Formats: sequence, structure tokens, C-alpha cells
Amino acid sequence: MNTLPGSADVVVIGAGIAGNSVAHHLAQAGWRNIVLLDKGPLPDPGGSTGHASNFIFPVDHSKEITAITVDSMHQYEKLGTMTTSGGIEIARSEARAEELKRRMASATAWGIHSELISPAKVAELVPFLDSSIVKLGFWTPSVAVVDPLQSGALMREQAQALGALTVSANTEVTGIDTQRGRVSKVRTDRGDIDTDTVVVACGVWSPRIAQMAGARIPLVPVVHQLIDVGPIPELEQTHSEIGYPIVRDMDPLMYERQSGADLEIGSYAHRAIMHEPDDIPSYEAAQLSPTQLPFTQEDFDPQMEDALELFPQILNTPGAGIRHSINGLLSLTPDGGPLLGETPEVKGLWSAASVWIKEGPGVGRLLAEWMTHGSTEIDLHSADIARFYPNQRTTTHVRARADEGFNKIYGIVHPNEQWESNRGQRLSPFHPREVELGATFFEVGGWERPHWYESNRPLLEEYADRISDRPHEWDARWWSPIINAEHLAMRERVAMIDLTAFAQFDVSGPGAVDYLQRMALAQVDKDVGKAIYTPILDYYGGFRSDLTIIRLGTDSFRIITGGADGARDKKWFTDHLPEDGSVAFADVTSAVCTIGLWGPRARDVLSAVTEDDVSSQAFPFGTAQHITVDGVPTLALKISYVGDLGWELHAPFEQGLRLWDALFEAGREHGVVPAGIGVYGTTGRLEKGYRLMGAELELEYNPVEAGLALPKVKSPDFIGKEPYLKAREHGPEATLCTLTMDDHTDSTGVRRYPQAHSPILTTTGDRIVDSKGRGAYVTSAGSAPTLGEYLLMGYLPAPYATEGTGLLVEYMGERYPVTVARAGRTPLFDPDDERMKA
Amino acid sequence: MRVLVCIKRVPAPGGKVLITEDGTDIDTRHLGFTIGPHEECAVEEAVQLVAEHGGHVTVLTAGPPEAEEQLRYALSMGANAGVLVEHGAHDPQATATALTETIRTLESEDGNFDLILFGNESADVGNYQVGIRVACALERPVVGGIKGIDVADESTHVLLHRENADGVEVYQAPLPAVAAVKEGLNLPRYPSIQGRLRAKKAPLRTVQPKTAPGGLRTVQLRQPPEKQHETVVLGYGADAADSVVDLLTEKGVV
Repeated sequence: MNTLPGSADVVVIGAGIAGNSVAHHLAQAGWRNIVLLDKGPLPDPGGSTGHASNFIFPVDHSKEITAITVDSMHQYEKLGTMTTSGGIEIARSEARAEELKRRMASATAWGIHSELISPAKVAELVPFLDSSIVKLGFWTPSVAVVDPLQSGALMREQAQALGALTVSANTEVTGIDTQRGRVSKVRTDRGDIDTDTVVVACGVWSPRIAQMAGARIPLVPVVHQLIDVGPIPELEQTHSEIGYPIVRDMDPLMYERQSGADLEIGSYAHRAIMHEPDDIPSYEAAQLSPTQLPFTQEDFDPQMEDALELFPQILNTPGAGIRHSINGLLSLTPDGGPLLGETPEVKGLWSAASVWIKEGPGVGRLLAEWMTHGSTEIDLHSADIARFYPNQRTTTHVRARADEGFNKIYGIVHPNEQWESNRGQRLSPFHPREVELGATFFEVGGWERPHWYESNRPLLEEYADRISDRPHEWDARWWSPIINAEHLAMRERVAMIDLTAFAQFDVSGPGAVDYLQRMALAQVDKDVGKAIYTPILDYYGGFRSDLTIIRLGTDSFRIITGGADGARDKKWFTDHLPEDGSVAFADVTSAVCTIGLWGPRARDVLSAVTEDDVSSQAFPFGTAQHITVDGVPTLALKISYVGDLGWELHAPFEQGLRLWDALFEAGREHGVVPAGIGVYGTTGRLEKGYRLMGAELELEYNPVEAGLALPKVKSPDFIGKEPYLKAREHGPEATLCTLTMDDHTDSTGVRRYPQAHSPILTTTGDRIVDSKGRGAYVTSAGSAPTLGEYLLMGYLPAPYATEGTGLLVEYMGERYPVTVARAGRTPLFDPDDERMKA
Repeated sequence: MRVLVCIKRVPAPGGKVLITEDGTDIDTRHLGFTIGPHEECAVEEAVQLVAEHGGHVTVLTAGPPEAEEQLRYALSMGANAGVLVEHGAHDPQATATALTETIRTLESEDGNFDLILFGNESADVGNYQVGIRVACALERPVVGGIKGIDVADESTHVLLHRENADGVEVYQAPLPAVAAVKEGLNLPRYPSIQGRLRAKKAPLRTVQPKTAPGGLRTVQLRQPPEKQHETVVLGYGADAADSVVDLLTEKGVV
């Protein structure tokens, strides 16, 4: 029997693809005294890695998932555990054919070689498939099958060869101790290990293990059904595990791949069959393995008919039978993304969970980099476990979204598609009014935010000559022309926008100035009452966040950040608090509600309900003041993300309704309209060329490239300063540009509106790649109703980043001419910011 | 010829069989259900006999409503009709009575089955009784442990082969007859997709016989003590060579 060391620098729990890879890359990064545990035997401890289908399609609509997948494929190839087979996604329906064209655009944007192919070409590649039901194919030659168990074994061996790794199989973790919020010990049935760093890579068991330390890993084990049918002579003749391309039959949400003499058929079409992490059988008690549960035939029957339609020839082979069938467990999260990074609840407790085979090696490399350097080369904002607010980590939420999300795995998911389950989690005090006004709500962080208001429909007539509808259903889905009408009413009169979803943190104490100086790129040691917009950089000098800091007093500040990133920002800020206790940090999000009041009549409205002087002399742009609005003490900020005169008004949550009613009533005679996030986040923002975290701003781009470098560099040190200085010296490898559409018309005469992630190409249709290998794509897209334009943003290298340059944008299989209207940050609308400063 | 195969829904356990807290049953929370390997062979044999000689295969089970799953499995292997006797008892006497009564009903409607096949013993409790009890009740010849079936003249008799230590016993039984078969009789097929889709739609007949309780009841199930496998490490690499040679010599293999 092996003996465990009494202490370790890091304990990795779980020897599936994720755990092996993390252990391996930690060893490569110089970590020593690594212990890798699994409660099952090796090489297959019985988790999802042991029964996965093991094929990899690199193209995903998500840039970061594609990047992680490509990284993983390089690693599998290097380990010699990858067999390239090619793969085809096929469309049986028109809607899916459109989706494949969108996949093609993503392939181009992220630099993966793929092709749209005809049914005849599909039949050429997979001769035993009935191509008469195929409308279009999406062919990716680099699709491959890997051996994750062998890969894991090799990764362990390499780490062991460095003398860095102790592996202990058949070792069950019975507890994880913490001290003052940090991991201190891992208890097992073979002895205890003192450690301050633990990685939970336990797949479907992760929630149960994290719970031992008091953290939540928000995933639920969900069944994916698959069967093997064989023997099939056509497949047997290849004398290989995989001799034909893998087929994803996208419309019925399933795949078929050769596995030796068998055809494996897998499905994501059945109902979501969820399990409890505590209720998964032990290795001994399971019939096959803990994650290969008994097949529930009736759930799969419709899939058999679908498979038979596509592969009648081989599936009807006499003697070919269903030789293997399982309900295989995999992990599903509330948004379908992985759960990576340190848990927000417990220091030193890292998660490497909800990782697919295609992502395992890349996840290991990135997590090791993150644990070693505090930053990652690939932006992981949609994989960061800290992205979820507490309300999104509850079992209720996780199960509701997993139930709804399961069929989205192979589904056609519109980029703006909203979830239907477990809505109404976080409501602003204005919510009842918004409902009365017929708001269409979009969700962020569990908040319900009006995206547009039905009550504004009459504005469509008022602005009929300046608003065009979107004739194509896809372009108009999750969108309304009312957004543009609200925008125009704001620009001409005044609008009220519910911004309660902001995350807000109060930072105070004798160390507050020094602390925020270290966190922010901009100078924060300014006069009390100043509003400071600043990038927040990571250690590599990329964007961690961008937000506003208000100096409320000598030693007190408020941080106001976007609702989408508030949970991650909170972790970043609290992680860096000084240990001497000189700074107090309070999350006041749930105490504050916010209305944005903007438009040329904003001052008229506000003056009517406050006795405080809100003239431009008394209340200049970029400042904050405490004012009283109809008896409600309000923190007013004269700033604007939509580029118009007005204020963000922050009030005590319980007085919000009163604030709303007072402004709405006073606004009547000035033509006030409620406006949604469609205006705030897209139309108003794009006209002003404002950047959005997660779209334009991410770790892979720096402030110089984003046009957000400041004229002067402050003298205090701050995170990312050194790379920032280098970037300033070096100049941008690519510059964030704003482009206009020259022609919206597609080949059938329909006006189309390209959306974010569309690749930007040269006039000859070639990919544009900068010297760092980053391809050009649309980061944001939307209407600019005041300008009468449709705007696209994207990073372009020289010489394309020059105003007037003509380029192409690929969207849904067609290319549209565009022109660089602006290189850099100067807004197209009101370039001198006169309106905001009025 | 008309063949009836009697099958039983049993749990498909893993390495370790768990027992419910009250100790009276197997804990099946994590388990799938199946039919035993003997019965798979019985179904396969029946399907092959009918393929060769013509006729009809009926599968019959006594069990809970969920046993429909096992009937459909047999149908997906090629059986033609399924009958479910809703019946909860584990007792072989009661089960045999329920089956006998149902067989009589079926035979009164469509004539006798030429051959009735059972698995030699059930995969879960292994009482070795039901087949013999049914045969006796129907007053038909029965042979157990069968690993070969020849139907030379389908209207009169059947040859049943049984292996013993010294060779093979061959029994000639007049039809109608009963046989309890063993794994190894044939290699059962995997159901085809078409077979499964056909089986899914096939109508099943359900009967609820009134039967008297039998004489057996479960008092308590107990886990047998786990066998300890002792592993002795003889050494590592070349250092182990001498010990290996000693061991092989001791075992008399070199």
C-alpha cells in the first residue's frame, strides 16, 4: 500500500483528464510536492473521462472555448494520443443550414480551417450515409479522436519523471479543512495531507468535494445517452478505431462516429436526466462504472429512428446489434461553460470542473498558469467560476438552467437568447413600473433589466423616417426597433434607464488610496467628488475590467462596475485587499438602486425635483454630489455611457420607487421616455465608441490597443503597469476601430445586420491577422440611430486601421462591404463630448 | 412450431451487490435490469428454431409492470409476442402456479406450445424450481441443464443435450416438452435497431392471475464476507527475477 506524504504544495483531487492535466502543467510550471488523488483505480477511475466519446470538433462560437480546444489538440497531438478523422456537421433543415453558415463564420473568425460542403461531398466523405436528407455540410478536416486515459497516464508519467508528483489511487477524500478562509488540510481514508492549495477536478463529484471546504461548484450531473451498434463490415474493413469522418447530425441533436467495427450513436436530444452528486454509485456498486448508468431505452428510441434515417445501409446490416448502451454522466453548469479558477468562497480551493475532453489539456495548462502567475494568456471570463453571483450558485438555479440548457448543447442558440427558467431572481425597485410599461426583460447576473418598453411603440411612428426594421427573422430575434426609437427620444428629449444591476463596492480606510492606486490604471488620488473612469489590468497588462471609481471622501471610495462582471470584479478586488486590515470592503450592490437620466432635457427634469444646484457650473461633468431628489438622498454622478447630458442617480434601494415616480412625473412635460439596456448597452454606447468589458475589452488586448491609454502614467505602481509601459512604448499591434456598413443587401435582396463575432476580411476575402496572431472580428455590432448608421467595432492591425479603408464582413455565408469610420477612441457621435458637458 | 420462453426481470449488479436497509431485498437504486444469461440463450434458441422450422415465439414473464422492459428486449431479439403476468412474489411455488395458469389460458385459446423453455435457474435467487414445477403441473416431460436442442421431427419429439463430466447425455422427449437451458447453448444476438423499434410498438398482453402464496419467504439477506485477495510483491525490475524463478519452480511450471 502506498503512503501519502504528510504535506504537499498542492493536492489535486481527481485523476480524470482535468486533474491529470492540471498536475502535469503545475509540474511543468515548477511546482513540486504535488499530490494527485482519486478514489477510483487507475488508469480509469470511473469518472466521465472513462466513457467519453473522445472526439473533438474545434469550432465553437465562443472564442475562448475554441482557443482552449485548439490548445488541447496541440497537446494531445504532442502526446501521440490523437487520431485525425475529420468531421462533418450536417444540416437537414434550412434553419440549421443557416446555423452552419454561422459556424463557418466562427471558424474563419477564430482561424480554424473549415468548409461548407454540398450533400454530394458529404456522401463522398461518408459513403454509407443517405445524403438525400442532407441540405448542407460543415466540414472541418482537423476534427480528431483522442485517448484521454492514455493522455492522462502520460501526463502523470512526465510529472513523476520530474520528481514532482505523488499519485495515490483508491484514495477517498473524507474532508477538507480550512483556516481563516483558506484551505489547510485534505483528509483521506489513507491519511491527512497538510496543504494550502487544493484543485477540485472531480467532474460530476466536484460539488460534493468543494462542499467539504464550504465552497459551491455549481454544476449538476446530467445524462448523455449513447449506444454502439455493430459489427458493421464497412467499418470493420478500415481495420482502425476511426477511419471515417465523424458526423454530427445537428437537427436531431445527435452524432455518429465509427468506433472500430461499431457505429457509436450519441444523443443530446432526450429530456435532461439529472442526478445528485451524492447519489452516484460507488465504483464497486456500479454495474459498469459510477458514471455509466443503466440505459433508459425509452428516452433513446426517437434517436434510433433518426439514426436509421441517416445511416439506413449500415444500421440495417444483418447481424449488427446494439452491443453497448449507457446513460453516461457529464457535468452541466447554469450557462454551459466550464468552472475554472479559485472558488470565491475559499482561498486556495481551485476548481477545474465541467471540462469536456476537448478542453482538458488546455484547461490544465491555463489553470496552472493562473495558479502560478495570477493571470492567464487566454481570457477566461466566461469560464471563470467566480462569474456566478451567489443567487446563480444555488441548487435551484443550477438545476433549472441545466434542465433548460441540456438541449442547447447541439441546439441553435441565438447570441442574445434569454433563459426561460428561474427568472425574476433579482428585481430593482422600479420593476413594478417597468412591468406596467410593458418592458421586455433581459437577464444579467440574475437581474431583470428592461431591454425595451412596449409603451414606447408609438415612438416608432414619430421616428418612422429614421428607423428601419430588420426584415430577416434571425437579425430581428431578441431585438426590437423600439430600441432605436427610445434612443432617438433620448437624444432629442430625455430618457430614464434602470441601471440597478450595477455591482457597487464601498472601499474605505486609511489604506484605501494606496490600495486603489495599485488596482487601477488611472490616478485615483483626486479631489473628493471626482468620478474616475479606469481600466483595471491583470498582471500581463490585459483588461481585467473597466469601471468607475468615485472618491466619496478622503479615505472612502465607491467602485461601480457592470452587472455582467460584478461577481468576478468582486473577487479580484477582495483578493488584493491588504492583509493589514487598513482597507474595509463592502458590497453595497443590494443597498443601492440606480437610474440613468440622460438627454438634452435631463437638467430640466432633475431641477424640477431637486433644490440642489445642478447647473453645469455647480455640477460639472465627471463629478459626484449628494443631492436630494423629492426627499430621497441621492448620489448623483455627472457621467454618461450614452453620451448625453445627465446623471447616474444612485439612491437607497427602498426609496427607489419614489425616485422613479418623482422623475417620471417631472419628466412628463419634457417628454421623458423609459429606455432599456438596448440603448444603454448598444446604440448609445456604440455611437460614443465606448468599449464594453467582455466584448472589446479582455485580457488579450491592452489599453493602448483599445484606445484607452491615458496621456500620462501615474507614478504609483499598479497591477499591469510594467506591461502597460511596454505597450505604450511599443505601440498597438492592433487598434480598436469603428466600421460602418456600405451595403446591407444580401444576394437575395434582403437587408442583413451582421452581429458580433463576424470575421472582418480584406476586400479579397482573406483573414486579417495581427502580428500576435489575433484574427480580426466584430466585437460589437448595433444601430446608431442618430448617425443613421449600423456600426461594428473590431481590432484591426495596420495598415487596415486607417479611416476610409474598405473591408468585408462575413455574416451567414455572405460578405458585406464595410468601411473603417474611426480608428481609435474618438466618438463618431459628438466627438468633443459637448452634449455630456453641457 | 410454437415455442414459449419464460423469462425473469432481474437486477444487473456491479462488482458488489448492495442490500436494502431492512435486509430483505437487493438495493437496485443504481442498477439496471436485465434477463439472465440462461434466458437470453433460451430466447435466442427459440428464435433460431422458429427461423428454421417456422412457427411463433411467445415470451412470458411473471413480475412487476416494469418487466415489460424485459419482454420488449426479448421481442427486439426476434420473439413474436409477449405476455406479462403481473405478480409480485419471489416465491418459486407461487410463480410456477401463476405461469401454469397463464400457459393454460394461452393454450386453451391457440393450442399447445410444442416447446416451453426456461433458464436453468434465475439469475438472482437461483431456486432451480420454476421450470420443473410448471412442467409437472402441465404433466409434460422436462430436462434441465440443456446445452443443445435438436428438433428432428417437429411434430413428435425433440432431442435435448446435456453435458456431464464424461460426455453428453441426449434425451429424447415427446412433444410437447419443457427444457431448462444453460448459457453456452448458443451465442445470443444483440438486438438490432430495427428489432428494437419493432419491439417498442408491439402490443403486449397483461394478465393478473389469482394465485395462492407459496411456501418460501425471504427472512434476511446477508452480505457474504468479502474475499481478501492477498498480493505479494516479489520485487521490482531485475531484482525480482530470482523470486519469480523460485515461485515458478515451486508451482511446478518450469
